[in-house]
Amino acid sequence: MPAKSPAALFASAPRVLNIGLEGFATELAARGVAVSQLDWRPPAGGNPELADLLARLARHGKRIGKANAEGLRRMLAAEPVLLDVVPAGKAMPGLKDRVLLHSGPPVTWQRMCGPMQGAIAGAIVFEGWAKDLIAAAKLAASGGVKFHPNHHFGAVGPMTGITTRSMPVMVVENRAKGAGNRAYCMINEGLGKVMRFGANDASVLERIGWLRDEFGPALGAALRAMGGLELSPLIARGLAMGDEMHQRNVACSALVLRALAPHLAKSCRSQEAAARAFAFIGGNEQFFLNIGMAMGKSVMDPVRDIEACSLVAAMCRNGTDFGVRVSGTGDRWFIAPVEMPQGMYFPGYSERDANPDMGDSTIMETVGLGAFAMAAAPAVAGFVGAGSASDAVAFTRAMAGITIARNAKWAIPSLDMEGVPAGIDVRLVVESGVQPAINTGIAHRKPGIGQVGAGIARAPLGCFEQGLVAFAATLGVLT
Amino acid sequence: MSAVLNLVRRGYYADSVALMRVSRGVAGLAGVEAASLMIGSPSNLALLRESQLLAADSASAKPDDLVIAVRAKSAAAARAALVEAGRLLEARPARAEGGFPRSRGFAAAAAALPEANLALISVPGAFATAEARRALESGLHVMMFSDNVPVADEVALKRLALAKGLLMMGPDCGTSIIGGAPLAFANAVPRGDVGIISASGTGLQEVSSLLARAGRGVSQAIGVGGRDLKDAVGGLMSLAALDALDADPATRHIVIISKPPSAKVATKLLARVGRSRKPVTVCLLGARGAKLPRNAGFASTLLAAAERAAGKRIRAVRNTPVAARKGWIRGLFCGGTLCAEAQLVLQEAGLEVVSNAPVPGARESGGKAPGHVLLDLGDDKYTQGRPHPMIDPELRNQMLAEALADPRIGVVLLDVVIGYGAHADPAGLVAAEMRRARRSGVLVVASVTGTEDDPQVYRRQVASLREAGLLVAGSNAEAAEAAAASPAPTSATRSARRAGR
Repeated sequence: MPAKSPAALFASAPRVLNIGLEGFATELAARGVAVSQLDWRPPAGGNPELADLLARLARHGKRIGKANAEGLRRMLAAEPVLLDVVPAGKAMPGLKDRVLLHSGPPVTWQRMCGPMQGAIAGAIVFEGWAKDLIAAAKLAASGGVKFHPNHHFGAVGPMTGITTRSMPVMVVENRAKGAGNRAYCMINEGLGKVMRFGANDASVLERIGWLRDEFGPALGAALRAMGGLELSPLIARGLAMGDEMHQRNVACSALVLRALAPHLAKSCRSQEAAARAFAFIGGNEQFFLNIGMAMGKSVMDPVRDIEACSLVAAMCRNGTDFGVRVSGTGDRWFIAPVEMPQGMYFPGYSERDANPDMGDSTIMETVGLGAFAMAAAPAVAGFVGAGSASDAVAFTRAMAGITIARNAKWAIPSLDMEGVPAGIDVRLVVESGVQPAINTGIAHRKPGIGQVGAGIARAPLGCFEQGLVAFAATLGVLT
Repeated sequence: MSAVLNLVRRGYYADSVALMRVSRGVAGLAGVEAASLMIGSPSNLALLRESQLLAADSASAKPDDLVIAVRAKSAAAARAALVEAGRLLEARPARAEGGFPRSRGFAAAAAALPEANLALISVPGAFATAEARRALESGLHVMMFSDNVPVADEVALKRLALAKGLLMMGPDCGTSIIGGAPLAFANAVPRGDVGIISASGTGLQEVSSLLARAGRGVSQAIGVGGRDLKDAVGGLMSLAALDALDADPATRHIVIISKPPSAKVATKLLARVGRSRKPVTVCLLGARGAKLPRNAGFASTLLAAAERAAGKRIRAVRNTPVAARKGWIRGLFCGGTLCAEAQLVLQEAGLEVVSNAPVPGARESGGKAPGHVLLDLGDDKYTQGRPHPMIDPELRNQMLAEALADPRIGVVLLDVVIGYGAHADPAGLVAAEMRRARRSGVLVVASVTGTEDDPQVYRRQVASLREAGLLVAGSNAEAAEAAAASPAPTSATRSARRAGR
């Protein structure tokens, strides 16, 4: 900030932070005075207990600050590398027969949303545990299969996020000193009717079969041949090319294809297989999303379970509940009902058809991408409202208000190379009432139909309020 | 029968988000049943077919073509929708003129304007202290519009500001002009060489507006909050503002405006004034007998303060009051300091004054008392559950109607305060009330506090009042003089005591 004396204030025009009545900001702006409006609300949504808890937690500010710095250090030190593609059952030894992994926090069949049930029925048929979708649904409802969150297996999955043992998962290793952890995610199936949006007809299962039998092994071989693909620099380039890696992955998908091409050309069994592989990646602008998600999981897992650390280690949703993990409270999930995304719909569809918010892809926002990096991707800002580049900037700046740092590795050109906001602090979320924003696709609420739109969802405050109370309790600060 | 029309733009690319936005805009047009703009990929064409939006023209569309598809109630509506789609495609989302970033949370709002140097705080009083402390700790000067802040908090905040070399204007500071920018309730005043320190919002507005209308200008006008010169605060910010204006090369004359401070604070203030190398005009409305340092002069009214700072006569040729019936004067003021100034002028003319906010020598009483009653309608008693009369003069207009109908009243005295933040046309409201009232023979005298560059425009406000039959004086002090010169009721006792000098 500039020199602080009254003389400096007099010499230059005032540049005003307006805290309160917006009319003052409007009049100042109309007169050409630079102004930033703080849409003020009573702290912690006017909840006196939480406001008091935050005030009392300030006594432990130094200790929390130190723990958060360690969490942030681990985040920023991560060196994620895309290594291989292997069958999920091989990557995750715990993923046995008749076990299904799904997105979000734990949920029972009875409470699952339509697309989740649809995808599960499809996956059961795909694995051969039932002969058709009706039998599969019966099997699932009768407890014939077990459900676990991807997050409990070091994995993530977009939307329904269904992962079973024979599906091919991409392997990302965090090569940072002292880390070495791995994370997994299914290969992105493409657009249209796909299992992640709850679709489950023969074409969907056929595509997953092709991923398992032809594309996955070829991709894995190509990655092994090239010695892995460093993801952090690739994302940095993608940000400079207008991706935010959640709703828009055009640049990163192209960059991956470019890097893979010479190796993939060799690793495919035939020219036709190579043509299919290239067409598949080239025809799917979201191909990189699942790579990015495994990357995010590999970056965030070392941030779990640090004593006195108030950083958010995971955010995910299963179409019914939204789940949040706070580092200092270990592996507990703080759960609240998911909200409806606000978005735009494909022709013939509307809000009435939309399923509530779903998927582990919120790992992108947890690492500081997606809606947090909106300023890098003005083309995505249309989901926000007016769709101007300045709206996109405002989004990133607002998210910076609930994070403790900027990630200089991932710089945004239009913000003079400021880094993306990194390290969501549960205290800042509760105090400001700013809900983390999430760029998301929207699934049809009925199983088997697929994607009907895209937009913005918000992480429910309830998760963070519960997380704060539990976190404070670990420090002996009780409500 | 619905009409389906497609238009294919060859080799046209737009981001799918932009296309969805245009789709939504077109789908909302009258007569349109459905609309979609999509890149002509096979899967998109299939989607359009399923939605009964595909026409034969699009069969040949390629993935690098744009398909604009509409289904409408009539062919005419469909054609119009295609034209509108083309227009929307070309229209780029524009950032609104005068737009500004909005954030929740201090950190985000500060990050949105990293070069911010001043926080303007108008949150409820119970929360204002915390916000101000955070702003000061972040190196921002503070102007606090909020009121109902405990005086102990005010002292603590001002001490914190002083320790950091920052200004803490307020609490309860309605007006400042910093670096040429009017803040909160201020007037559009040209830049000039007069620096103002004021514990009174409308006092600052009246003096700066009088200067502006006399062709002079203001370097800085620093509001310090109504309690700054009280014992509890001890003039902390007035003294700091004096330091700041002393050091400010643009300031060549300093004006201090306040209600009378305690003797102790007055002594401290005047001692500091004596150390200034600049001429100072001291306008402590209602104060008497203070010994002034050599570089200072006393002004008994806001008008006198403006004249002394301008170094010239601002007062107009004396108004001749129109014939009025005999009766009491009823003052209905939006500005507390304007009410005080008017009381002083009436006292000076030998009249006994009653007010809910009495100056020294005036009697304290409410609105129904007999006598010359001057009311400050910005007083807490009148603002419970309604906006300040400068923002919403409805209460004042009601009271104007009552006064016009009251046979005991001969003169009504009004202030009309314009500028940023004030009502869009306060004179128009007074004029409307005057036209509604029966011609009662009551003389209504008013002045307008404001400038030609204010949004309401001084000249227009004056013209509006004159057309409605008001006598409009050039300043609040002159309006009070005109009221004092009109015949009083026979029962009124002329005070033998001469107030003031």
